[in-house]
Amino acid sequence: MPQISQLAATYASQIFWMLVFFGFIFFVIGRGMVPKVMATVDARDKQIADDLAAAEAARKAADEQEEAWRVQSNAQRSEAQALIAKAKADAAAASENSLAKANAKIDARLSEADARIAVARSDALKEIEAVASEAAGDIVARLTGASVDAKAASAAVKEALNA
Amino acid sequence: MAAEQGKVDPMHQFSIEPLFGTDHWSIAGYSIPFTNSALWMAITTVALALFVMGGMKRQLVPGRWQMAVEGFTGFIDNLLAANIGPAGKKYVPYIFSVFMFILFANLLGLLPLMLVGVHPFTPTSHFTVTGVLAIMSFSIVLIVGFWRHGLHFFSLFVPHGTPWWLLWLIPFIELISFLVRPFSLALRLFVAMMAGHVLLEVLSSFVISSANSGLLWGTVVGLPSFILMIAICALELLVAGIQAYVFALLTSLYLNDAENLH
Repeated sequence: MPQISQLAATYASQIFWMLVFFGFIFFVIGRGMVPKVMATVDARDKQIADDLAAAEAARKAADEQEEAWRVQSNAQRSEAQALIAKAKADAAAASENSLAKANAKIDARLSEADARIAVARSDALKEIEAVASEAAGDIVARLTGASVDAKAASAAVKEALNA
Repeated sequence: MAAEQGKVDPMHQFSIEPLFGTDHWSIAGYSIPFTNSALWMAITTVALALFVMGGMKRQLVPGRWQMAVEGFTGFIDNLLAANIGPAGKKYVPYIFSVFMFILFANLLGLLPLMLVGVHPFTPTSHFTVTGVLAIMSFSIVLIVGFWRHGLHFFSLFVPHGTPWWLLWLIPFIELISFLVRPFSLALRLFVAMMAGHVLLEVLSSFVISSANSGLLWGTVVGLPSFILMIAICALELLVAGIQAYVFALLTSLYLNDAENLH
């Protein structure tokens, strides 16, 4: 077994070269390179976490904007409905107003026409009275030959007409 | 392989030879020749450095190679987070180094490079190498434990719920199990690696010897041995990964003791 039979002759060389090469591995590779490799891994993990957080934040912002848009659109819709209702009310009021005006105008013309009719009737009645008293005077003069006073005739006619 | 008269010495693969005429190198009287073992540690180091360097492109969307390297660092990170908690983060460089060194050394030692005439060597099949790793892990546990908890660290030897009438025995048993840790760490890895390589070598010697002794024995002994070798090669690949994982896992469990006591 060379490990034991050569022990006395080789232990110093074995230990020396082991320390040399393991020292190189520990200080150059273990302490020099490995931390850089692990830093790369950590940087990647951090970047992935950051990207995920950014995506989450963007999603949240989009949600908030959508919510704000919804609120705004609701407000605008109700505003528009209020406007429509107001316009409807205005239109109704205006048409009522013009109807009332037209009614008043029609009433005024009706009453005016009534007044004219009444005047015309009373005029016609007066004329009839005059004609009737004249005719009555003539009839009396022809029948009796007596001349009748015009005043008396008209009084009599008036009496007969109004009876 | 030292194939002398058709015989294969299953232990020869573990022998250490100085290379490039560096036998005379020494520091303070200790001879430190650059051996085949050191060469394979160097190859392991270079392969690991190239592997990790390929994962340093630092792209936001990783390629396959970067994904593989990040998979290993993430694996070690999870292991420490699960066993120690947030305080385990600072041990990632050490556990990563230990895990990857053992894994790469184990796997490179299994490469069928004999096909091109190169003799692969597995540094982790020597307890001088695994012992260095185990003593480092154990030292870190001791240093961290006493640094963070002072003498209170000795309460590790009195587990929760110890009955008062066993207080004379339990700390003693716990102390021994604690002191055995570096040996079990080192020997487990060394034995697992050595056993697998010896088994493959023994089976390959069956194949060679039986094939040399004729068609009959070649079919009866050599062929089943060869099929078994293929299966054991797959098993050894698994063991290479499992042993690296066990070493890293046990080290992190011991570090958990040091960080959080019980």
